[in-house]
This record gives sequence, C-alpha cells and structure tokens, in this order.
Amino acid sequence: MPKLLHKEKLADNITLIKVAAPRIAKNAQPGQFVVLRVSDKGERVPLTIAETDPAKGEVTIIFQKVGATTKVLDTMKVGDELVNLLGPLGAPAHIKKLGTVVVIGGGVGIAEILPAIKAYRAVGNKVITIIGARCTDLLILKDKIEKESDELHIITDDGSCGRKGFVSDILKEMIEGNVKMDLVFAVGPVPMMEVISNITKPLNLKTIVSLNPIMLDATGMCGVCRVIVGGHTKFGCVDGPEFDGHLVDFVDLKNRLSTYKTEEKQAEEHVCKILGVKI
Amino acid sequence: MTDDINKRIMPEREADNRIKDFEEVALGISTEQAVAEAKRCIQCKKPFCVKGCPVEIDIPAFILEIAKGNFDAAAKKLKEKNALPAICGRVCPQEDQCEKVCILGKKGTPIRIGYLERFAADWERTQKTGDQRPETRDRPPDAPKMAVVGSGPAGLTCASELARKGYAVSLFESLHLPGGVLSYGIPEFRLPKEIVRLEVEYIQSLGVDLQLDVLVGKTITIQQLFDEGYKSVFLGAGAGLPRFMRVPGENLKGVYSANEFLVRVNLMKGYKFPEYMTPVKIGKKVAVIGAGNVAMDAARCSLRLGADEVTIVYRRTEKEMPARIEEIERAKEEGIKFVLLNAPTEVFGDENGWVKEMECLKMELGEPDSSGRRRPVPIEGSEYKIQVDTIIVAIGQTPNPLIPHADPRIKTEKWGGVIVDDKGMSSIPGVFSGGDLVRGAATVISAMGDGKQAAIAMDAWVNSPK
Ligand SMILES: Cc1cc2nc3c(=O)[nH]c(=O)nc-3n(C[C@H](O)[C@H](O)[C@H](O)COP(=O)(O)OP(=O)(O)OC[C@H]3O[C@@H](n4cnc5c(N)ncnc54)[C@H](O)[C@@H]3O)c2cc1C
Ligand SMILES: Cc1cc2nc3c(=O)[nH]c(=O)nc-3n(C[C@H](O)[C@H](O)[C@H](O)COP(=O)(O)OP(=O)(O)OC[C@H]3O[C@@H](n4cnc5c(N)ncnc54)[C@H](O)[C@@H]3O)c2cc1C
Ligand code: SF4
Ligand code: SF4
Ligand code: FES
Repeated sequence: MPKLLHKEKLADNITLIKVAAPRIAKNAQPGQFVVLRVSDKGERVPLTIAETDPAKGEVTIIFQKVGATTKVLDTMKVGDELVNLLGPLGAPAHIKKLGTVVVIGGGVGIAEILPAIKAYRAVGNKVITIIGARCTDLLILKDKIEKESDELHIITDDGSCGRKGFVSDILKEMIEGNVKMDLVFAVGPVPMMEVISNITKPLNLKTIVSLNPIMLDATGMCGVCRVIVGGHTKFGCVDGPEFDGHLVDFVDLKNRLSTYKTEEKQAEEHVCKILGVKI
Repeated sequence: MTDDINKRIMPEREADNRIKDFEEVALGISTEQAVAEAKRCIQCKKPFCVKGCPVEIDIPAFILEIAKGNFDAAAKKLKEKNALPAICGRVCPQEDQCEKVCILGKKGTPIRIGYLERFAADWERTQKTGDQRPETRDRPPDAPKMAVVGSGPAGLTCASELARKGYAVSLFESLHLPGGVLSYGIPEFRLPKEIVRLEVEYIQSLGVDLQLDVLVGKTITIQQLFDEGYKSVFLGAGAGLPRFMRVPGENLKGVYSANEFLVRVNLMKGYKFPEYMTPVKIGKKVAVIGAGNVAMDAARCSLRLGADEVTIVYRRTEKEMPARIEEIERAKEEGIKFVLLNAPTEVFGDENGWVKEMECLKMELGEPDSSGRRRPVPIEGSEYKIQVDTIIVAIGQTPNPLIPHADPRIKTEKWGGVIVDDKGMSSIPGVFSGGDLVRGAATVISAMGDGKQAAIAMDAWVNSPK
C-alpha cells in the first residue's frame, strides 16, 4: 500500500504530502488527479497531483482540511500507508504556448493551481497568478506560488493579507487596464469560477475552469460526476476535470454539489469522535 | 418436483423478513433435496445440458457424484471447468442455459443444475472437508508473464485458466476490490460478498498476482505492459458506462444511475453510513426505470434502505422484461410495484433542486424491432405525472470506453463493443478481449466462457512462431 514519504504543513489548513506511487509518477500529466482512501471504510476522494518525481517514484498532493477524509488524512504520519491510491485520472490539460496566462486560485483551489502554473510556464507562457482566501491559509503556499509565477496578486476577503476583496476584482482591473491576456485558468469554489467565466465571456477571453463535481469511482463508471457543458452531459472524471468555463452550466453543478451536505457533516462528526478531535 | 421450470424449490426467507436487511434471500437446497434431484438425472451419453453451459461443465459427472453422496468430488469436478461455482450456482440464468436444453425438460421438469451446482460449491466451502487448496502446479521461475485487465468474471476466469497453464499472471483491477459486477453491482442479498472474496482468494491461490488500484490505460498503458515483458494481454473491463434517459431534469438531486446507486450500496457499503464513510440517500417514493436484473437489484436495495414505495417503470410489458423470472417474482413478493408500458419524459424538481415529480408517457406495443421484441410506441397525449423523490435509471450499460480511448489502435463497434476475431483477439496483435467489453451487458457465465476461450487462444498465440 502506498506509503507516506513526506509531510509538511503549508498553512493552518493546508498540508502537503508525498506518497510512493511509481506508476502514477511515471505517467501523470498536468491537470490529472488521484483518488485515495484513508481507511477500509473510507470514501474515495479526488485530489490533484501537484507534483511528480518519476525518478524517485513520488507523487505530491496538497490538500485542504475540509471534511471527514481530509481530516483523517491530516492525522497520518510519514511511514503510514494509504489504503488505496488510484491514478493518474482525468484528461491531461492542453498546455500550449499562448502568451500570457492568468491563473486564478481561490480557497481549496489554491492547492490545485501549482501544477498548472508550472506547466504553462514551462512551455514559455508568462504566468500571472491571482490567489484569494483567508490570510492564514496562504502564508506558506504563497512562497511556493510566488516562486513559480511571473507575477503574483494576493487578495483576501477581509484584507488581513494582501488587498481586501475577491480574486475577480483583480481580474476586472487587469481587463480595465488593458493587460494583454490570452487565457484565464481558474480553480476554486464554484461561485468564483462562475463569476470569472461571466467576466471573460463577453470579451471572448478563453477561460478554463477545473471543476470539482462529486466523484465516486472516478473511472467513468457511475456518472455522479456528470456536468453539463455546452448543453451536453460530460463526466467530470474522464472528460474533465478541465472544461471551457463559458460553456459550463454552473447552476446545475452547484445544485449537484449540495447533494450530500447533511451527510458530509454527519461523516465529519463521526470521524472527529473517533479521532477525538474537535470539528 | 413440479413441471414448472420456474417453480422455486429452494427454501428462502419470507419477504416481510428479508426486506429488513441485506442478508441472502435464497437459502440453498438441503442434502436430501440435492441427492433426490441428482438421482433424477438420467446420465445422458450425449448430454445436451453441457452444450448449454458456456464453460462446458461436465454436468452429468458432477451430478453423479452428488447422487452418490460424494459432495467434495462433485465440487472438484465443477472446479475443473468453472473456477466460480458458488457464484454461477446463484446468478447464472440457468433457465436459459444448461437447464433449458436438459433432455428431461422436453417432457417434464429439467434437472435443477444451478441449484445442484450451488449445493456442491456451498458444501465444499462450509464443510471445509474438501481439498481446499487446488492443484497449484509448480511454476517455473521463468514462466512467461501474462496480463489480465479487469477482475470481473471474464478476467477472473481468464487469469485462473492461464495460471493453470503455468503462466505468471498479473490481474489488474482499477477499483479497490476485485470481482467487477459481482462486487459492485449484484447486491449482498443475492450474492454474499464473502463468497466472492473466497472465490477470488481461490484464484489467487492458483498463483494469480492481483493488483488493485491499477487503471489500465492511465496507470499503465497497454504498450507499457508489453514493455514490462507481458507476452499477451486480456481486456475484461466490462460494460460499466451507464446509459441515461436524456430527458430534462435528469441531473436533479435524487436521480441516480443504477451504477452509482449500486456502487454506493454494494461496493462502498453505504447502507452502513456513517461507519462506512460513503453516503447513499434514499427517498420515500422511488422509481426505478428499466426491468433488467440491474433494475430489480436497484429496486430491492431501495426497499432495504427504507423506501416506502418502490416502482419499476418499464416501457414494454412483463413478457419482455429481461430480468430473471425468479428475481422478478421475488421483487413482486417484496412489494415492488410494476408500472408497465410507460416511459419517463421529464423530471421536475422542488425549489431546492431535489426530484419531486416525474412525467410519464403511456405506450402500446407495435411491430417487433431488431431484437425481436415488440417495439413500444407512445400513445399521444397520454402524459401524466407521478410523485417520486428518488429516480434510479437502469436502462443499460455500454462497454467501458476508457481503454479504447487510451489506445485508439483498439477497434470498436459503433456502440462501443471491442471488436475481436473468432479467437477473441482484438485489432492489436496479442491483445485479447471478452465478456461485457465485447458483448455489451451480458451474463456472468458468458463472460467466463469468453475468459476461458481467450486463455486457450492466448496460450496458443504466445507459443506460435511470430
Ligand atoms: C478533480 C478534483 C481535484 C481536486 N483536487 C484537490 C486538491 O488538490 N486539494 C484539495 O484540497 N482538494 C481537492 N479537491 C477537492 C477534494 O476532493 C474535496 O475537498 C474532498 O473530497 C473533501 O473530502 P472530505 O471527506 O474531507 O470532505 P467532505 O465531507 O466530502 O466535504 C466537506 C466540504 O467540502 C466540500 N466539498 C466536497 N467535495 C468537494 C469537492 N469535490 N470540491 C470542493 N469542495 C468539496 C463540501 O461541500 C463540504 O463543504 C479536488 C476535487 C476534484 C473533483
Ligand atoms: C446489477 C447487476 C446485476 C446483474 N445480475 C446478473 C445475474 O443475475 N446473472 C448474470 O448472469 N449476469 C448478471 N449481470 C451481468 C453480469 O454481471 C455481467 O455480464 C458480468 O459481470 C460481466 O463480466 P465482465 O468480467 O465482462 O465485466 P465486469 O464484471 O464488469 O468486470 C470488469 C472489471 O474491470 C474493471 N476495469 C474496468 N476498466 C478497467 C481498466 N481500465 N483497468 C483495470 N480494470 C478495469 C472494472 O472495475 C471491473 O471490476 C448483472 C449485472 C449488473 C450490473
Ligand atoms: S455454470 Fe451456469 S450454465 Fe454452466 S452448468 Fe452452471 S448454471 Fe448451468
Ligand atoms: S441433459 Fe439433463 S438428464 Fe441428461 S445428463 Fe444433462 S442434466 Fe442429466
Ligand atoms: S466519478 Fe463515477 S463516472 Fe465520474
């Protein structure tokens, strides 16, 4: 079973782990993700592959503690083993040289944008990154992202770190300031991706969003991850997770994501009781 | 014995009782019943029954052992041809296969071959008197490597046959449990997972190296398998792609594909939430669309999860229902309602995005279609609404497209089935396929037959001069 080789707390709620997974490390491409389980009664949870080291056979995952599974994952120590790790999953990102790419990460999404930043930059794009969340969530990840980006903008809801406001405010200013942009890539809470897609749509500024529908098998077998894109039903786990933001039906996505709200809380309470931690 | 082939002589739990849990419904025949039934077999010199079995079990021989009271010998005889007898004895559509052609069926009741098969396999497992470990042949250290993809009945059978031929077999499975549909699809009350586990263990004991969490096409490509020294590859990835109705409202909360629902219930054990961490939500009024085995399973699981009313909605009549008659009867006994000659046209939601109503259109039967069944024709203006809060879509699955997408050298039919020649070889030399990936949603035993044929062909292919 895949062993935890390294663990690092990046911020209050964000943890980085490296896991031994030679086959995944060998074949993974930007935009792809893994599914893991933390116990033999656990849920199958999707997480982006943040980095790979094919030579060492290692895969890096950066996750935010939001619920039952990620809380248990956060208690695991170096040397512990995951019960399952499947990947690389999803369609690889279409990384091309376009000029300037604006990468936007919000909330949980900040943990997911690192591979995109690196990949777009590696083929010669200028990468302007915008991240937004609570200040404490950013403290350490900020340095990593800053290092990889040509330009970094930070904005927080309460102004406790960087500017006060939303990531979309910065994007709007850049558009008003006629900053040349060839592609926008956004990951984060659905409302954020929706707002950004709505801003860029009238300008015909191509916008890729990485969607996070509920997943189960993540191999194209159950259809729980279905999203409507351009009027067609697509499976997020095999056709995605990246889609053209101008074509995504965000209302449908938001609705489907709320299916298990009550149960997620219940699972979290259950796990916290077992772990003896406070929610 | 009666003359009705569909009469169930096997004892089973009372409907009121069994719908309260996921424990097995059919209890198996007694030793006396088994011996009496076995003695009815006239031991045909040219047994038709064997022709009706896709894996060609020596049916008269195993039945004779039961008649003589040698139950272990019967089990051993079964395992010569069928690595999964306890499973086939439970889920094989016997009435359409071996039993259909049994000579005694011409004038009276055919031998209940499936019941006897289950009896012998269960005897061996529960009495533990038999030779538990199979003839594990000593494998030479340099045995050629063979790759089998997918651990459903097709893959399990192919792997066990190859192992018996002395190959070093790796069996790759993408899910976290082996068994394919046997694990994630068919519910506990029809096929206890402990039996699947033990039968898989048996196959591992033949020397098969089972590797879970490997999605071939993504984790490792077919080409990489050959690069790693595998001599031949069998693809048994199944028909896992769910079909949807394509009606408005199908994405509302409360609409499941049968696959999603059954995976949550069977594979993830959602009925034990939150101890098991994957939830499954069931409403009060459930509509299951379709009338195959999958639909019956979904309906009966819904009942066991606590739904008040479960209705099967099917666009043809009872005669055309593809599910096993036995399972349809059990569903009825358990209180499942059947609304026939009806097809959903739209799903409506409440203000929170949950399913609230379904609109149906009434049908009548017209001319036979390509499948020979009479085609349902909508009756214009017959739309009406029914109140439901959960809808499970069980209108079929198509072959899993992931591997052909990952390796476009694999040619497929328009509907997704992998194209193979009469030896089971795909358009890539050395890559074979069978089971639902080739046939579309079919049966456990046909998948096993394919796995077996492929193993023979793979053996020949590896040893042929190239
Ligand atoms: C393709 C893909 C890649 C992802 N990559 C990452 C990653 O690299 N790092 C990371 O931290 N998270 C990532 N996520 C989100 C991650 O899967 C969820 O945070 C995780 O499933 C939460 O599990 P849990 O049991 O801890 O919490 P749950 O109890 O399942 O959920 C707790 C809270 O998180 C929300 N939530 C649940 N599922 C998701 C989801 N899929 N996306 C967003 N919010 C969700 C719930 O609405 C709820 O408020 C990714 C999701 C997808 C689909
Ligand atoms: C709910 C339900 C009830 C049924 N009831 C009956 C019944 O009573 N009697 C009967 O005879 N038949 C029944 N069937 C049909 C029967 O189960 C199937 O025909 C049979 O399981 C097909 O076997 P298979 O080996 O081809 O595929 P599957 O059983 O589908 O197994 C395929 C396996 O391959 C794995 N896989 C897929 N892609 C990959 C990949 N890329 N890499 C690695 N692994 C992969 C899958 O996870 C799966 O485990 C039922 C089916 C369902 C869904
Ligand atoms: S495996 Fe199926 S078809 Fe073959 S003898 Fe057994 S029940 Fe009959
Ligand atoms: S055809 Fe019927 S009677 Fe004849 S050997 Fe087979 S099971 Fe026995
Ligand atoms: S998660 Fe099951 S099909 Fe995508």
